[in-house]
Amino acid sequence: MKTGFRVFLGAFIALGLSWCGFVLGPVLQLGTQGQTNVLNSSEIYPNQRPGNATLGLQVYRAYGCAACHTTQVGQDGVLCDVVLTSAGANPTAVNNLISSLKLTGLSKDEADAVSGRISAAGGKTETHIIPVGADISRHWGLRHSVAEDFLWDNPVQLGTIRVGPDLANEGLRHDESWELAHLYNPRSNVQNSIMPSYKSLFITGNTPSEDAKNLVAYLLSLRADVSLHDAPFTTAAAPAAAPQNAASQK
Amino acid sequence: MNVIEKKYSAIDASCRVPLLVLFGVAAIWLIIGLALEIIASLVFHNPDWLANCPFLTYGRVLPAANDAILYGFVMPAALGVMLWIFARLSESELLLPLVPIVAGNIWAVGVLVGVVAILIGDSTGFTWLEFPRGGSVLIFAAFLLIAVSAMATFGARRERELQPSHWFLLASLFWFPWIYSTANLFLVAWPVRGVAQAVIDWWFSNNLLFVWLGLVGLGVAFYLLPKIAGRPLQSRYFALFAFWTFMLFAPWCGIPQGAPVPSWLPSASTVASFLTLIPLIGFAIVFGNTIRGVNVQCKGGPYCYAKFAMVVFFLSALMYIATGCPHCSGVVGMTWYMPAQTYLQIFGFVSIAICGAAYESLPGIMDFELPFRGFVRAQHWLFMFGLLLLVVPLAVCGISEGLKMQNPNIPFSEISHGTLNYLRVSSLGLFLLLLGALLFAINIFAMTAIWQTKLAKAFAATLLPYPETGEVKS
Repeated sequence: MKTGFRVFLGAFIALGLSWCGFVLGPVLQLGTQGQTNVLNSSEIYPNQRPGNATLGLQVYRAYGCAACHTTQVGQDGVLCDVVLTSAGANPTAVNNLISSLKLTGLSKDEADAVSGRISAAGGKTETHIIPVGADISRHWGLRHSVAEDFLWDNPVQLGTIRVGPDLANEGLRHDESWELAHLYNPRSNVQNSIMPSYKSLFITGNTPSEDAKNLVAYLLSLRADVSLHDAPFTTAAAPAAAPQNAASQK
Repeated sequence: MNVIEKKYSAIDASCRVPLLVLFGVAAIWLIIGLALEIIASLVFHNPDWLANCPFLTYGRVLPAANDAILYGFVMPAALGVMLWIFARLSESELLLPLVPIVAGNIWAVGVLVGVVAILIGDSTGFTWLEFPRGGSVLIFAAFLLIAVSAMATFGARRERELQPSHWFLLASLFWFPWIYSTANLFLVAWPVRGVAQAVIDWWFSNNLLFVWLGLVGLGVAFYLLPKIAGRPLQSRYFALFAFWTFMLFAPWCGIPQGAPVPSWLPSASTVASFLTLIPLIGFAIVFGNTIRGVNVQCKGGPYCYAKFAMVVFFLSALMYIATGCPHCSGVVGMTWYMPAQTYLQIFGFVSIAICGAAYESLPGIMDFELPFRGFVRAQHWLFMFGLLLLVVPLAVCGISEGLKMQNPNIPFSEISHGTLNYLRVSSLGLFLLLLGALLFAINIFAMTAIWQTKLAKAFAATLLPYPETGEVKS
């Protein structure tokens, strides 16, 4: 090569391709994303966070909470449970059939086959979708996080490292007094916590400042508890959220 | 002094002040950055330390430290080295030398604005892009100014044929303004909506930490190795092939597996990660063939630095590529393994390559030997042991943490508490790196002081009515 022009041209093409893929592509695909319907419901998701929670997001940003906490939950996949809703005209035959079948922990195809056989015998069934994965078993979420969960946030801080627990569903796990006590002295309610204390967020004694209240409002607004087309799950059969005021964070 | 040495001494002298400014800025920010890094790691020794000081909370100090090191140290030092390499390869004096001097000072102010902004809570909240507008505009402007001087010097070259080192460094000059402006425009100035922000931030981080640092480090190493070994890169064509494929594939890495984004994005990154093995093999062949059979006494000097940097580059790149595999990423994706890789890339690969080039260039540039020559080898050892104590514990910690996370019956608080011992060892690694950085800074500032004293003496001599020596020149 005798001129720098070819190097620039090559770099332009190489970087331009990845720019189109990873900048332009997502902006076109996700930048125009709107609200979506909650599955089997007329509700719209997501709603704008309340005003103090929106302010709290800025406290979350300013204190760099994302240096230790993620707000994204993953899942390995889903399993299906087939549930009998009505035994129909011939309950004995249906019950005999059911006792010979495996009804839980099925793949989608297996679940379809099972419910097909039960309905052929006259019973009616429902298929429940159960997300599985380590994060789900830890009660960090009812389903995996999807793009919609972050629609109104600016900046979007998914976090890159879990020095502390994931917060994607913090609002489902704890209440305001727990959060404030935790910020003031993390080791008061989680014995082994390695989180630094945020006493500077409190005015005198343990009176929370506006920032602390907003931050807690934001944390409590973190709840991805509705079933969506991208991430379906069955509410009734899904594992219940961890009890409030749990003594230790799982 | 023979003709060739004379030619290079004029070229080196033209780089003197710009490089002193850029290296000086870099040395100061390296020390501040490492000090902040150590303050951040104190939280793992006692979480209630600094609880009443919001400026020094972990979530602020850590990004401030990382940015101070990357933007404050790596980039100005790399640009300084780049100017010197361009002047040397062009066999021309550095053109527009005043521009990088001004730009170096603007740069230092930009980093100061950014770091202070993070500490007072004005961070943008995007990883590696935390500097708010005030800081990033100054850095961007300073980069362009330095690039102008570098391009002018490049254009004035005598030998028209480009050297391999040219390719990498020219590409890096083009790369940074594009990624930095894109990220700032789309994330800070006119933020896009939703998780597209996160995708752009990952794209930016990957292009900065993997591609840009890769281009710079390789460009510097591929200049130093042939220069010291006394023979050209073996072979040029392998290097060219690896260069193009690296630029083509590497910018597509970096989207984490399992992220809440459309699944084609992480899948594209997985494919790109595996394809990036092709240029890595190319670089390995070039490196192996170039140093094989060369009889150079390295004595802990710049040649050692360049070789060590190349070896670390392969390690760090392999660690990075492994995270593109969904299976590995599921284990180590959100653990201390990721920072371990980043530290390896920054301190083990790029910093070592740049410091090696600085030590190679300084005696010629200043026209006198390093005042503390032993420090060169000492810094190398300190960095090697520092990296060992920093990266190995974090990587092991990340893997063990990731494996435990797979088992939901182990409570999270137990897992996170279990990482503490590893993190405490890594503080020691940071401390050794800080000692090494001090040695680097001492050499830079001692040289500046000696040079200033010489200048002052020469100036004083012109003020005296008669020459001090009493000898009257005819």
